[in-house]
Amino acid sequence: MDWQDFLSVLPFIIVAGWATILLLVDLWIPANRKGITAGLAVLGLIAAIAAVISRFGIEREAFDGMIIVDGFSSFLQLLFLGVGVIAIAQAYDYLRRRDIERGEYYILLLYSLSGMLLMASAGDLIVVFLAVELLSIPLYVLAAFAIPKADSEESALKYFLLGAFASGFLVYGIALVFGSTGTTALSGMVAAIESAETTPILLLVGSGMILVGLGFKVAAVPFHMWTPDVYQGAPTSVTSFMAVGAKAGGFAALLRIFISALPGAAVMWMPLTMWIAALTMAWGNIAAISQTNIKRMLAYSSIAHAGYIFMALPAAATPEVAPEAVRAALFYLVTYAITNLGAWGVVLAMEKAEGSGLEIEDYSGLGKKRPALALAMALFMLSLTGIPPTVGFMGKFYLFQVVIDANLIWLALVGVVTSLISAYYYLRVIVVMYMRDGEPEVRSEALLNSTIFITAFGTFFFGILPGFLLKMINQVSLLDLFR
Amino acid sequence: MLAEYLPIVVLIVLATGLAFIVVALGHLFGPRKPNPVKAEPYESGMRPYGPGRRRVSVHFYLIAVLFILFDIEIVFILPWAVVLREIKMVGLIEMAVFIGVLLAGLIYAWKTGALEWE
Amino acid sequence: MNIPPAYVLTLSGILFALGVIGVLIRRNAIVIFMSIELMLNSANLAFIAFARALAPAQEALRGHVFVFFVIAVAASEVAVGLALIVAIFRSKESIDVDEVSSLRG
Repeated sequence: MDWQDFLSVLPFIIVAGWATILLLVDLWIPANRKGITAGLAVLGLIAAIAAVISRFGIEREAFDGMIIVDGFSSFLQLLFLGVGVIAIAQAYDYLRRRDIERGEYYILLLYSLSGMLLMASAGDLIVVFLAVELLSIPLYVLAAFAIPKADSEESALKYFLLGAFASGFLVYGIALVFGSTGTTALSGMVAAIESAETTPILLLVGSGMILVGLGFKVAAVPFHMWTPDVYQGAPTSVTSFMAVGAKAGGFAALLRIFISALPGAAVMWMPLTMWIAALTMAWGNIAAISQTNIKRMLAYSSIAHAGYIFMALPAAATPEVAPEAVRAALFYLVTYAITNLGAWGVVLAMEKAEGSGLEIEDYSGLGKKRPALALAMALFMLSLTGIPPTVGFMGKFYLFQVVIDANLIWLALVGVVTSLISAYYYLRVIVVMYMRDGEPEVRSEALLNSTIFITAFGTFFFGILPGFLLKMINQVSLLDLFR
Repeated sequence: MLAEYLPIVVLIVLATGLAFIVVALGHLFGPRKPNPVKAEPYESGMRPYGPGRRRVSVHFYLIAVLFILFDIEIVFILPWAVVLREIKMVGLIEMAVFIGVLLAGLIYAWKTGALEWE
Repeated sequence: MNIPPAYVLTLSGILFALGVIGVLIRRNAIVIFMSIELMLNSANLAFIAFARALAPAQEALRGHVFVFFVIAVAASEVAVGLALIVAIFRSKESIDVDEVSSLRG
């Protein structure tokens, strides 16, 4: 252990340490000036972003392999920190409007983010487990932030009980994998599997249980039942952060564990992940059709998108395609994050103080009343469907190509067909906004508007010029470290 | 190998059997003269008051939760103390950071009034 | 006397199954939560069993360390969970999970 090791986890130390300091500072900030806490939290995130950028291109293991610093972790950490900044900007006015503004909101958000940062650079199953919990536990509290509102209570209780249930599976799965391979270090597992010093049955059951545990976290079918209720009941600003951050965190762990640590066991998990991907895409999109509440609709949409990202796992079972599959998944995660943050931002702008204004019907007439906002929403809906010229199209295109390269043509077909189905409910929002008459009541708050503008710009810009993003992703090497 | 456990099984069967028989005998042959004083639950010789299942103040839960959080940290402190001589200064600093985080939590709980006992 | 790891593992498997069944069939939030704790602790038992089987090897320590972390994390989950359940009980006067279900779609 040396000085360098601490530099390797500097972004994590900054965010977690800053959150702890803010917890104390916030005690002396008067209740009507919690904007100060929000501002300070953003400052911490910017410092962490600087720390990530300053060590870009470095690849090393720290703390005896517990922590891995590579392109994969740096890229994801940048994504998480960006999501954090936008989530704070979105929350500020919303919390005041709902009258639930407390400094702890931003602090819990920072703690959850620190879990995601840790997840991105986890090199050992111990760290993976700790990161999952550090990511989830603050989110349970955040979902409960509007208590005593019944919706928020229900959301938090369901999220908590099912999240803890999933953790149980994750821990037991890790225990079995530990028993089978004799180690919890990801690099050690690769070696153990290659030298066949494993108990295959334990490895099969163990990795299956890890898949169940993380499947819950990313809301993949058949472990998705909690998602619509939790997303609908939680305060919308929390949902926005949860839908993007927690999901990306779960996928960071899935990609790291299955693709870089268990490639030798691919025969075991390949069929499982393939069916999960297909079922998730199909069920998420079909169930979304009948939704009338925009939050529930976006919840099912997020399930469906988990299915698309999940396709990267069975594709990565083919060793030659694996690096590209990881990159496609990362690209899709960015796509998903930008588009979804934007769409949830519009939902935030439409939500009224007492929590109404969340039906899709409430969006009628938005095209006339607020053309810019309606245009942004239309862009997000097109991007979620995967229609050019949006970033969603590029993401799907890249991903489907990788899946076809891995010779999983039927899976790619399921993806295309379900995307067509999804067009029905995404485009319905556009139709309602432009073709129906109505008098929607919309907020116009500077911070919220700017987040919507930034995400809309990103959706469009990366849609026509994805080169910059692709160039960054091409430097990502998930697999080199263990070879 | 299982045969080694046979004496234990015999012992368990005999012990539980004997307990049942003694209780049953008392039940069958003992005199029964119930009165209100006998029917009262035993409460360390005090006069019992109120129903047995009365509700506990929510405040106890809060204190219990705080207790769990601070109590469980011994899991890390004890192994640390065992190897302190080997990990020297680095270990000391790390534990200081750890305790510092706990202290921050304590100050937060204190300042928000979670420790007030009205 | 030496207990073979397989026995310990079987016990931990039974405990885990009991926990899962408890979560699925019980309706009281606190009992569900207790079942989840049972799942976590059965995993701890499995970790210890595997660590014992690996015993002289350095890697066995990872099993022990993992157990410490699981215990600590379980404690923080208890803290958050109990606080949540108490908050819900205050407003609903019930912690039956079937009564906490107004969200439908």
